[in-house]
Amino acid sequence: MMQEKETKKEEREIVIPGETIVSGEDYLPGEGTRREKEEIIAERYGLVEQSGKLVKVIPLSGVFIPRRGNVIIGQVIDISFNGWMTDINAPYSSFLPLMEVPRFIDKNNISEFMDIGDFFSAKIFSIKQKGIDLTFDGKGLGKLEDGMIVFINPNKVPRVIGKEGSMIKLIKDETNCKITVGQNGLVWIKGEKVEDELFAKKAIMFVTEKSFVNGLTEKVQKFLQEEKEK
Amino acid sequence: MAYNKRLDGRKFDETRKMTAKVGVIPNADGSAMFSFGDTVAYAAVYGPKQLHPQHMQNPEKGLLRCNYSMLSFSVSDRIRPGPNKRSTEISKVSEWALNPSVLINEFPNTVVDVHISIPQADASTRCAGINAAALALAHAGIPMSDMIASVSIGKMDTQLVVDVNKAEEDYEEGEGATDMAMSFMNKSGKLTHIQLDGKISAKELAEAIKLGRQTCKKIYEVQKKALKEIREEKN
Repeated sequence: MMQEKETKKEEREIVIPGETIVSGEDYLPGEGTRREKEEIIAERYGLVEQSGKLVKVIPLSGVFIPRRGNVIIGQVIDISFNGWMTDINAPYSSFLPLMEVPRFIDKNNISEFMDIGDFFSAKIFSIKQKGIDLTFDGKGLGKLEDGMIVFINPNKVPRVIGKEGSMIKLIKDETNCKITVGQNGLVWIKGEKVEDELFAKKAIMFVTEKSFVNGLTEKVQKFLQEEKEK
Repeated sequence: MAYNKRLDGRKFDETRKMTAKVGVIPNADGSAMFSFGDTVAYAAVYGPKQLHPQHMQNPEKGLLRCNYSMLSFSVSDRIRPGPNKRSTEISKVSEWALNPSVLINEFPNTVVDVHISIPQADASTRCAGINAAALALAHAGIPMSDMIASVSIGKMDTQLVVDVNKAEEDYEEGEGATDMAMSFMNKSGKLTHIQLDGKISAKELAEAIKLGRQTCKKIYEVQKKALKEIREEKN
């Protein structure tokens, strides 16, 4: 494996805060970096990515910082008169209004639709001073029934999804499971059999552990085939 | 008798053996261990997370909160666990030492908690603690303008020494022992924290700061190595 790494195109470098990534007037500082005279300096711990002139740092760790439009998976932690207080694994409190549910719900019995502890997928509608508002407006969003919830590092989510969803599509096809990956690091897996779900979980864990490797999609394909033959 | 040979045979500008490791506490968002010889510090970082009590929340910026504690078995006389005057002071000082480099203002109303524990103490615990905390903050993915390294500079009689241990701290001959803890930003070389326990002249102080800055560069290399090693483990 070591040899393979060396022959492949250059590994992306890890930088630490305050370290000079490149120096020269030609570069532009992107996310997680700043310019100081000639030099581009990292402000976060992570991998360097250069696309043309733009230099940015992709974080390897850290909590989920919500952005508008993110699809997330959350859990109900409290019920109020007009909606649900939820936990979406972010540093701010989040709220899902009752109005978001497309069908009629008895206002006196909100827990009939979702009770404390239930999981759902939703989109971040707005981030305000007082907290985050969620919405069900979008394809496939709503309460999650049955299935399995897996927690992964939120920074590995882009790797699990892959370029234009290639990775997650591969896992879905090979395991016959429905999978929703929340940007906050929660993954919902639903298959016909528990074995299928566990297989999908194993594949997702494989991706998160090997997220440094180049050409990961092929490796995952191989891994899935090998596991199937067992 | 002048202090012309160090008690443990080190050179005057030599630190004890330094080791650093990140990711030692899986449950934390970021964690690190740093040691100077027999002084060992563990730091765990949690956050950014919602700040309670609510009245401490600041809608304009995030808060950094440090908690330093020496574990009861860290020294030969058992110390009563829990906060005391000394640990409260060091918590506050560590916070001030780290704050200038931490960029958490983009996360208003939140807190980043840093817990520093000393399982084994042989002087310079606050320096080891700050070093571990800086590593843990970087490992937790907290935006930082610079890395921070900390070292203690001592003055034994009239001789400046780097990284004081317990035996040196108790040195009594001549002018006695003076102990200074100081922290520096690596890139800019700015001083973020300095404490003085003892007596020192202005000229010697300037020299001590220079010596501290040099030593912090060495500590930075150890920190850098620890943070970059992570990839090999995961591959």
